[in-house]
Amino acid sequence: MSALLELRGIEKRFSGVHALKAVDLHVDEGEVLALLGENGAGKSTLMKILAGVQRADGGEIRVGGEVRSFRSVAEALEAGVALIHQELNLAENLDVAANVFLGREPSRWGVIDAARMHREAGTWLKKAGLEIDPSTAVSELSIGRRQQVEIAKALAVNARILIMDEPTSSLSETETRKLFDVIRDLKASGVAIIYISHRLGEVQEVADRVTVLRDGEKVGDLDKEGISHESMVRMMVGRDLDAFFPRRQGEVGEPVLEVDGLRTLAFPAESMGFSVRAGEIVGIAGLVGAGRSEMLQAVFGVDRRLAGEVRVGGRLVRGGSPAEAIAAGMALVPEDRKRDGLVLEMGVGENLSLVTLARDAFPGGFRRGSAERQVEKEMGEAMRIKTAGAGQAVGRMSGGNQQKVVIGKWLAMDPEVLLLDEPTRGVDVGAKHEIYVLMEALAERGKAVVFVSSDMVEVLAMSDRILVMHEGRLGGELSREQASEEAVMALATGGKL
Amino acid sequence: MKKTLGVLMVFVAVCLAAIGLSDVFLSAGNIERLLLRIGLFSILAIGVSFVIVTGGIDLSIGSVVCLVGCGLPWLLVEQGWSVGLTLTVLFLVVGLIGWGHGMLITKLKLQPFVVTLCGLLVYRGLVRGVTGDRSLGFGSEYESLRQLAQGELAPSLLLGVLAVVLAGVAVYGWMKERRFRAGVVASSVAAGLAVLGAVLLRQSEFGVKFPFVILMVVAGLAGVFLNLTVWGRHLLALGNSEEAARFSGIATDRLVIVSYILCALLAGLGGLLIVLDVGSAQPSDFGNFYELYAIAAAVIGGCSLRGGQGAVIGVVVGMALIQVIRNLIVLVIPKYQNLEFAVIGVVILLGVIGDEVFKRLAEKRRRLT
Repeated sequence: MSALLELRGIEKRFSGVHALKAVDLHVDEGEVLALLGENGAGKSTLMKILAGVQRADGGEIRVGGEVRSFRSVAEALEAGVALIHQELNLAENLDVAANVFLGREPSRWGVIDAARMHREAGTWLKKAGLEIDPSTAVSELSIGRRQQVEIAKALAVNARILIMDEPTSSLSETETRKLFDVIRDLKASGVAIIYISHRLGEVQEVADRVTVLRDGEKVGDLDKEGISHESMVRMMVGRDLDAFFPRRQGEVGEPVLEVDGLRTLAFPAESMGFSVRAGEIVGIAGLVGAGRSEMLQAVFGVDRRLAGEVRVGGRLVRGGSPAEAIAAGMALVPEDRKRDGLVLEMGVGENLSLVTLARDAFPGGFRRGSAERQVEKEMGEAMRIKTAGAGQAVGRMSGGNQQKVVIGKWLAMDPEVLLLDEPTRGVDVGAKHEIYVLMEALAERGKAVVFVSSDMVEVLAMSDRILVMHEGRLGGELSREQASEEAVMALATGGKL
Repeated sequence: MKKTLGVLMVFVAVCLAAIGLSDVFLSAGNIERLLLRIGLFSILAIGVSFVIVTGGIDLSIGSVVCLVGCGLPWLLVEQGWSVGLTLTVLFLVVGLIGWGHGMLITKLKLQPFVVTLCGLLVYRGLVRGVTGDRSLGFGSEYESLRQLAQGELAPSLLLGVLAVVLAGVAVYGWMKERRFRAGVVASSVAAGLAVLGAVLLRQSEFGVKFPFVILMVVAGLAGVFLNLTVWGRHLLALGNSEEAARFSGIATDRLVIVSYILCALLAGLGGLLIVLDVGSAQPSDFGNFYELYAIAAAVIGGCSLRGGQGAVIGVVVGMALIQVIRNLIVLVIPKYQNLEFAVIGVVILLGVIGDEVFKRLAEKRRRLT
């Protein structure tokens, strides 16, 4: 029997980057295949090709043994492949039925047959495990339920292969349970599921088989018996954990960063406080939407603080402007590097010197070219930034190199407190390792390092201490000894240890 | 810089065409008028390019020109204010207008298009209402003040000033090894102007009006600000990516507000010089559409309306190009001189299309290698 879906030798190149190298993949009817890989391993690209969002440069896609090529999402849907996006794509202003039938509304003479639409939507919703009135507005639904609407939408176009990209990243514990029940039902009815997640515990529970990608190549498969935390991580990073995550048992000193009674715009009712010592690496875990980025941005002063005090080395840092935080020795590597971290049209040097430009200037505000060139040279070497020639716009560089530029820009000012928001997202494994080494080196030099991450493996391996956030407040704190995936997830979903 | 070079080439080509098609083009009187107009309008264009670099737009320039242009004779002649008081009040008001635009755009997050569109309507409406929509003029008075726009500089003196400025630019281009093209541009401009100057010097009645000299000072300061100072770099960074600039500790709101203030002040300066030159102003049409000339010159000169790009020399050459085309139409096809807007529109469109096509070709070539 041939596989329901089979990919052979899929190739993809983006200007200069070989994103996918001859990738094979297959999934059978009623099977849940987990697709694993570090950030930037090529999972998203592969799934976009499968869903018709992008086209492969080479290789073939077979559905039910027949060669297909998808030039658009519509063609992929027609072949039965549907992608459930990480960011849900629903029209919030419309009701559930209208969303399920978006673009294919049953109609007569151009007038929508609302009765039929609602009736049929109801049956598809039921198959997706959702028993609600199809005329409910999408804006009133929780994220978990919206996801089920997306699944119903996919089923309604007769999708036989569902791709779920990080489906649980913003779900609560109960919603996750509910989703797994739906997955089991779908399996029973012969739907194949490709499941992408960073949560290895979930993968162990839900997957029948695991395929691992690394830097655009397929590393291998693990069958049900072979799936274990250790085996998955080793395949993903391509080496033993201890070599990948440089950890030492350093001394920690006095508190450097102290946050007290902080209230953010995103969660005005919650307040939180914590402190980070010199030489300490603190990981901030939590679900997407738990307010982690908002917390970092309020500490750094990009966002207004509603209340609370932030101190660096005992000195009060006023909020409301990053300039204050920078003057106090704080730096923030933001989550969205393309939007918040880099001036994409400018070159490496201009980006690296952006923070130190004003400090190094001649009197009268004239730029000091020699200082700029020095920063470019020093940081370019320290961060091992690879450029395709002087003046290359950073927008054209690979994700890993871009992230190195963002980090380098902040290291140029020699910060006492380094805040990092998802520092390894969309970065290849090599650069990832370099970033870990760097964080470690900074801690070694007595800096305070705080990083937000949704990558469980990374949080567990790199943190001296883990703060877990849940709905805008501190759900709990885990020491290195207490830390485990289960403990983090329990706190992240509002539970207790 | 590449873009500036491109505009410069087109400009030179159009000038050569004008020389070929009309004997009047190179006459002292014509060049004098042309330089005057380039001076007056480029001041507006440099102002708006600051705003465009931030990714914004200012549609109220024509109305600010009207406000100063009509306000000056109205306050001086009809209200009998002193020159000092009038100028102080006018420029204070204009500065406040720019500040208001900036505040609304940064603090209330209103769209620049909407804010300045309302400005366009409000300022002209106020001027028309307050002055009774009557034509305002200086009569035969204020001759010394009007010298600011009508006075002339001996060409040899101007060439001297030019030489110094260009030498400065060339030295700067030479110092920044990566930007040697600036030196190339400067020397080609210098060569062209020297030839032109040599031709003109032989015609004794020729003189350069002060507005062009004022433009050179303004352009020089703007160029230094944009290219050599921390704030210039910050402005370009924020135009490219406001968030990245803000996350880097740059006071983005303040810079945007300053840009709108500079734009309004330069529009006011332009309006002042224009009314001093013309001698009278009609509130209903004084400065009409001038914002569009200014924006067009900025775009031709290499400013992207998305922000983050701009070169002062390019903007001035862009405005010179527009003015030469205008002049060419009047000289060569006087019967159809009302086609002016259509021709300028087509030229701008062709320029933008050409730029985009070149960009795509370059991108394709880059991908292949």
